[in-house]
Amino acid sequence: MTQGSHMRDSLGGFLPGDEPIRLLAPDGTATDHPLVPQPVDPIDDADLLRAMYRDMVLARRVDTEATALQRTGELGLWSSCLGQEAAQIGSAHAMRATDFAFPTYRESAVAWARGVDPVGLLGLYRGTTHGGWDPVEHGFGLFTIVLGSQVLHAVGYAMGIQRDGSDDAVIAYYGDGAGSEGDVHEAMVFATVEAAPVVFFCQNNGWAISEPIERQTRVPFAQRAAGYGMPAVRIDGNDVLASLAVTRWALERVRTGSGPVFIEAITYRMGAHTTSDDPTRYRPAGELEHWAGLDPIDRMERYLRSTGAADDAWFAELEAQADALGERIRAHVRGAQDPDPIEMFDHVYAEPHADVQRDRTRWESMISGGAA
Amino acid sequence: MSDQVFALPDVGEGLTEAEIVRWRVAPGDTIAVNDPIVDIETAKAVVELPSPFAGIVAALLVDEGQIVEVGAPILSVSDQGESQSARTPVLIGYGVMEDRVHVEGHGDSSHSTRATPAISSPPAAAQPTDGRNAQRVLAKPPVRALARELGVDITRIAPTGPYGDVTREDIHRAATNPASELREWSLTPGVNDHSRNSDEPGERVAVRGVQRSMAAAMVASASSAVAVSVWKDVDVSGTIAAVARLREQTGLRVTALTIAALAVVQAVRRTPIVNATWHDTAEGAEIERHAGVQLGIAVAGPRGLVVPKIADADRLDVNGMAVALAHLTTKAREDRITPADSLGATITITNIGVFDVDGGTPVLPPGQAAILATGRIIDRPWAIEGGLAVRPVMQLSLTFDHRIVDGQQGATFLSDVASFLAAPGVPLA
Repeated sequence: MTQGSHMRDSLGGFLPGDEPIRLLAPDGTATDHPLVPQPVDPIDDADLLRAMYRDMVLARRVDTEATALQRTGELGLWSSCLGQEAAQIGSAHAMRATDFAFPTYRESAVAWARGVDPVGLLGLYRGTTHGGWDPVEHGFGLFTIVLGSQVLHAVGYAMGIQRDGSDDAVIAYYGDGAGSEGDVHEAMVFATVEAAPVVFFCQNNGWAISEPIERQTRVPFAQRAAGYGMPAVRIDGNDVLASLAVTRWALERVRTGSGPVFIEAITYRMGAHTTSDDPTRYRPAGELEHWAGLDPIDRMERYLRSTGAADDAWFAELEAQADALGERIRAHVRGAQDPDPIEMFDHVYAEPHADVQRDRTRWESMISGGAA
Repeated sequence: MSDQVFALPDVGEGLTEAEIVRWRVAPGDTIAVNDPIVDIETAKAVVELPSPFAGIVAALLVDEGQIVEVGAPILSVSDQGESQSARTPVLIGYGVMEDRVHVEGHGDSSHSTRATPAISSPPAAAQPTDGRNAQRVLAKPPVRALARELGVDITRIAPTGPYGDVTREDIHRAATNPASELREWSLTPGVNDHSRNSDEPGERVAVRGVQRSMAAAMVASASSAVAVSVWKDVDVSGTIAAVARLREQTGLRVTALTIAALAVVQAVRRTPIVNATWHDTAEGAEIERHAGVQLGIAVAGPRGLVVPKIADADRLDVNGMAVALAHLTTKAREDRITPADSLGATITITNIGVFDVDGGTPVLPPGQAAILATGRIIDRPWAIEGGLAVRPVMQLSLTFDHRIVDGQQGATFLSDVASFLAAPGVPLA
C-alpha cells in the first residue's frame, strides 16, 4: 500500500505555502493526509518500520560517537546530523539500490542507510582518507564540503543517466544555507530545462551556521521551485514516514521524465554546525527544547510500541547493537593506520596516465630519500 | 593496572589552549567511556569533554580556572575495560604546532612513530646542501620541476607570485638571464646589485639613546594609559589668512603650528581635565590637574623624536608663542635639546603634517592625558551651505587617556581646537 495515481496527480499541484505534510505526529500517532496515504502498513510491513527506526538509532549512535571522538582528539572535526535522522533515513529508504545520492557533509545518516561503513566515513574527519568509500558501490557520492557544489554534480549525473536511457533517479541533498549559493540556482535551471531525473532534497534545519532562515529567505524555500517550474512539497522533516512517502512519490515522478521535484524537509540541527562552533552564542533560549519535543526517533518509538511492531526485547537488542557499533567505531578510529602517501596518486584519473605515473615515481623517490 | 592519561585535545581546528572551567569527576569516581569529565572553555566555545577511557579517576592533573596548553595531560584514569595503553590521540594540536611537522620516511608505518601526524617534509637530503636551506621557498610542484629541468636554483630566485611564490615565469627569466635571480626594484633598467648574498643575515643594532627613551616612553604609555583617539577635519582657511596677516604685522615666523598651539591653550581653558596627570599611589589613584600648560612639541631632531616643551604656554600671546616655537625648532634642528627641555610637559602637539600625512593615533607621552596630532593642510572638496567648494583642510587627531578624560570631554576639547583653527581670534562659543 504505497502511493497511488491519486497521490501522484494531486501532490504535483500541492501548494508549497501549505502546512508541511506530516504522517506521524510527535506523540507517535499516525495521522492521515488528504494527499498522501501512509506509506507503510504497521502490520503487513512492520519490517520496514523497524528497519527505518533501527537505522535512525544507529545513525545517531555513529553521530554521538563521532562527536565524542572529536572531543577526545581523535577526529579533527565532526558535522553532526543530530535531529535530522528522519529526513535522511526516510528519503534514503525511498531510493533503489541503483539510484544515486549526492550529499553535503552532514548526510551521515544517509551514508549509513546506503551501506557506508562509518569507520571509513570517519577517516575523512581524521584525515586518513580523502574519501572513505566507493561512491559507485554505494550509489552515494563523497561528502562535499563546498556548499552547494554537489547539487551541480547531482544534476550533471542525472542528465548523464537520462542520456543513457536509465530509469534510475538522483537525490541532491543540501541545506537551507547552501540554497543561497549560486551553484544551487544553476543546478535548478539545468535540471528543470532538461527535465533531469533529480529530486532536490532541502533539509531546512533552521540555521546556516549562525544565520537563521529569516536571513536566507523571505518565503518558504519550497516556493522558490515555482520559479524554476517544478513541483515542490514541504514535509515535516522529523517524520520518517512523510519523508519516505513523499520521496518515493518524487523519485517515481522524476523517473518518468516529468522533470525534477523539490522537497523541503523542515527539521532542526540539534547539535552545533560543526564541533568548532558554539550554538549557544546565537540560538534563542528554548528553541532546542522545543525541537527536542519533536524528536524524530522518540515519535517513531512510540509508534512502534503502540502498533505492536516492536517490543521491549527488540528495543533492548537494538540498544546492544548500538553499543557494539560504538565500541567498534572507537576501536577502529583510534587504531586507524595513516595511509601510504603514495595512495594519493591512485585516484587522480580513472585510467593510467603518463604524467601521473611520472609524478608518482618522483614522489616515491623523494620520500624514500632520493634526489628531489 | 596502569594509569592512562588524557591529554587536552584541540577541539576547534587550530586552538592552542583552553581553560578548565569545571571538573565533572573527582578522584575515585568510576567512569565509563564517553562519560562527561570536564567542561573547558576555548577561544571559540565552552565544550564538554567525554572520557576516552573506562576506569577509576586517579587524579585531576590541573585545577579549575587554569589555562592549559593543548596536548598537556589533564586527567589520569586507572586502567579498566577499554584500554588505550599510553597512547596519545593523534590529532591533538594538529592544526597549529610547527614542531609537529616532522620528517617521516616513506614506508615507516610502525605504530610507535605515528603519534604525530604524517605531514612529510622532504628529507634533509632533498634540501640544497650549500647552507642556504634555512629559507623556505614557495613554489608549485610543476614549477619546482621546471627549475630542475632548466638547472635553476630555485632558492636564489626572487619570487613574483601573488603569494610570494616563485612562478614559472620567474624560472624562465632566471634561466635566460641569471642576473635577474636577485630581487630588483628599479623600474628603469640599470645595473643589478650582485654584492649581497640572499642568506646574509640582517643587521642588528643595539637600541640606545633617543630611540631607547622613545621606546621606553611608548611602552610605559601603552601599558598604563587607556588610549582613545578621535578625529576631526577642519577648514583652515581662517588659519592660513591669520598666519599671513600675523607675519605681515609682526615680522615673526608665525605658522599654522603657532595657531594650533594657541588653539590648544584656549581649548584647555574650557576643558582643563585634558591637562592632567594620573598618579597611582599607595592610597589609591589620584588625578593631578596642572595649574599651567607646559606644552610639549614633538619635533624630529637629527637623532630621532624629541618632545621639548614650551613652559607656561598659557601665559604667552601670539608673539610669545611664535618666538618660543621658532626657538624650540631651531634648537631641535641643531640637536641642542636638553633633558630639562623635555621634562614636565603636561600636554603635547605633534605636527605629523610635516611628514605629509593626514592623521594617526599618536601615543600618549607618559604622564600626560592628551596629545594632539596636526595633519598636513591639503585642498579638499568641502561642502559649504549646500554647495561644494575647495578648501584647505587639516585633520586633527586627538589621543586621550580614558582613565582621566571621558569621551565628551575629549570631543569638546578637539572641537574647540578645531573651532579656533577655523576662526582664530574668535572667542570660543
